[in-house]
Amino acid sequence: MRTLIFRTIAPYLTSLMVLFSIFVLLRGHNDPGGGFIGGLIAASAFAIYGIACGVSPVRRALYFHPMAISGFGLLLAALAGWLSLFFDVPFLTGLWTTVSILGLPVDLSTVLFFDIGVYLVVVGSITSIALALEEREHG
Amino acid sequence: MAAESVDISQAMVTAPATLGDWLVVAPVAIPIVFGAILLMVRHETRLHAGLAIAGLVATLAANAGLLSRVLSDGPQVMTMGRWLPPFGISFTADALGASLALVATLVAVVCALYAMKDIGATGRRYGFYPFMLLMMAGVGGSFLTGDVFNLYVWFEVFLISSFGLLILGSSHRQLDGATKYAILNLVGTTLFLTATAFLYGTFGTLNMADIARKVDALRETGPLMTLTVLYLLAFGMKAAAFPLNFWLPASYHTPSIVTAALFGGVLTKVGVYALLRVLVMLFPLERAVLSDLIAWVAAGTMIIGIMGALAQSDIRRVLGFVVISGVGVMMAGIALGTEQGLTGTVLYAFHSILVMTALYLLAGVMNELGGSYSLHELSGLYRRYPLLAAFALLLVLAVAGLPPASGLWPKVLLVRASLDAGLPWLSFAILLTGLLTTVAMGRVFILTIWRQKADAAPDGAAPAHPTIGYAALAVLSLPVLLLGLYPEPFIRVAEASATGLLDASAYVGAVFPTEVRP
Repeated sequence: MRTLIFRTIAPYLTSLMVLFSIFVLLRGHNDPGGGFIGGLIAASAFAIYGIACGVSPVRRALYFHPMAISGFGLLLAALAGWLSLFFDVPFLTGLWTTVSILGLPVDLSTVLFFDIGVYLVVVGSITSIALALEEREHG
Repeated sequence: MAAESVDISQAMVTAPATLGDWLVVAPVAIPIVFGAILLMVRHETRLHAGLAIAGLVATLAANAGLLSRVLSDGPQVMTMGRWLPPFGISFTADALGASLALVATLVAVVCALYAMKDIGATGRRYGFYPFMLLMMAGVGGSFLTGDVFNLYVWFEVFLISSFGLLILGSSHRQLDGATKYAILNLVGTTLFLTATAFLYGTFGTLNMADIARKVDALRETGPLMTLTVLYLLAFGMKAAAFPLNFWLPASYHTPSIVTAALFGGVLTKVGVYALLRVLVMLFPLERAVLSDLIAWVAAGTMIIGIMGALAQSDIRRVLGFVVISGVGVMMAGIALGTEQGLTGTVLYAFHSILVMTALYLLAGVMNELGGSYSLHELSGLYRRYPLLAAFALLLVLAVAGLPPASGLWPKVLLVRASLDAGLPWLSFAILLTGLLTTVAMGRVFILTIWRQKADAAPDGAAPAHPTIGYAALAVLSLPVLLLGLYPEPFIRVAEASATGLLDASAYVGAVFPTEVRP
């Protein structure tokens, strides 16, 4: 699989797919998309990069171990639920606030953080499995 | 903003959630948070034991708070995301769920303690503690959720974590055991999922309280009998009831001993809990139709289980079969369906969680001291370790149902309940199981503790004492002894659980406070 064409294209393809996965993640609140499918797209991006250029560049590029990313996602999702504790509402209640970023109003919510958590759990666990399988194939 | 003026009281819970209400989800949400942190610091193996024990102790405290609240104020409810039930997923803690969650968390704390010795750096790097915390989140979720599909999800959570724990170490034997365990449990959960889809098709709701109040109206038209049989099959498999018990002895002796202790103590009891919740609380009349069948299954599970234990020579395999036989005893109460019988079942579940975990840990300590799990090789432990012999004696008495330990009272209750129900053969089966358990475990005790082998190696240097092992056994022996000597508080909790199952009105009233059951 390590042809010249593939190796040249793969980094661009990967970055495009990661960008697209974030787009899918963010539009998921009201439209088709969301953390799970976004995470799958990002994980396939890393898998493609791994097939083209080998597993260790992917691990270096990710910096954190995929399972640690997964754990962080789980923590983020759980904490998004725990935040309700301070507002006298039940676990996992959606809380909204509007902040101004560069003069633009942006709605932030615990729902979004929960979804980002799901995204990271999926990215971490699927990438971890994919990289382990690719490693075995080459090594 | 416009949203402020919308009347949300028709869709959302408007009463503020107090800190006390949070106790309902805390036993699940705390281990998830700690499990996630442990997953992030997976390579910092030094931190694992401390973090895990801290997380589990916090969970234990939350469980204790929850149980005391449930006992004084009745079932506690929190519905996720503020949506009104049945649209939001409710966590509903009654005496049964809260007490089982408390006992299960107690043994998990002890197992985490013992794992400091039993699980080396490699096992930790492979994620023993994160798996353990996530498994306990799944177990706690199963005990506390008030939604059938959510129960399925928590089953999956603890199953997947248990796969991880089971193959830790990746030896050939473990993979063999794990394959059987995984495939057969997946068959069980598939049945569970099918039954749940069917249930939703029939009731249009998955909230247990909602089902409990709608079941009478659907009795004429709904396929409730089919549902009940499917659930009996699915949960019976999970609980390792005869004839679906073969996966348990095939796998429970393969993982590290602390994993086996946790599985043997906790996991089958989740199956028994699910049987209690669905068969006794949701479908009581259908259960009554099946009671003869359940009684035969119970008797078969007890007798076949303990016969298996008699035939084994590896302590861990003996214990695997003893776990199965205990499931049979618990199913006897489900077959009877009377208050006394169910009280006996719940009390036996407390006893079984504590004693089976303690016995597996005892086997671990024996292996540590004698270098083997085989009854052929272990011998003469009494001479070197009298304290170990004392723990062993107490636990053997407990599992056999003899005074002064914990096994006595649940068996007394169950025997009396089956005599009252006109099923003397069932009480005979329970007593026969007690006798055979005494023989099977007495054999283990005599061979490992008393027997003095002629060719035994001469006593070498002063034996090292297994401090952590003794501490773990002591923490578990205390409630075992207490349940034997002063059973009243335990029986009161079990009785509250049984009455809560037989009359679901308090459970329904907690979830739907404004409506009164017709």
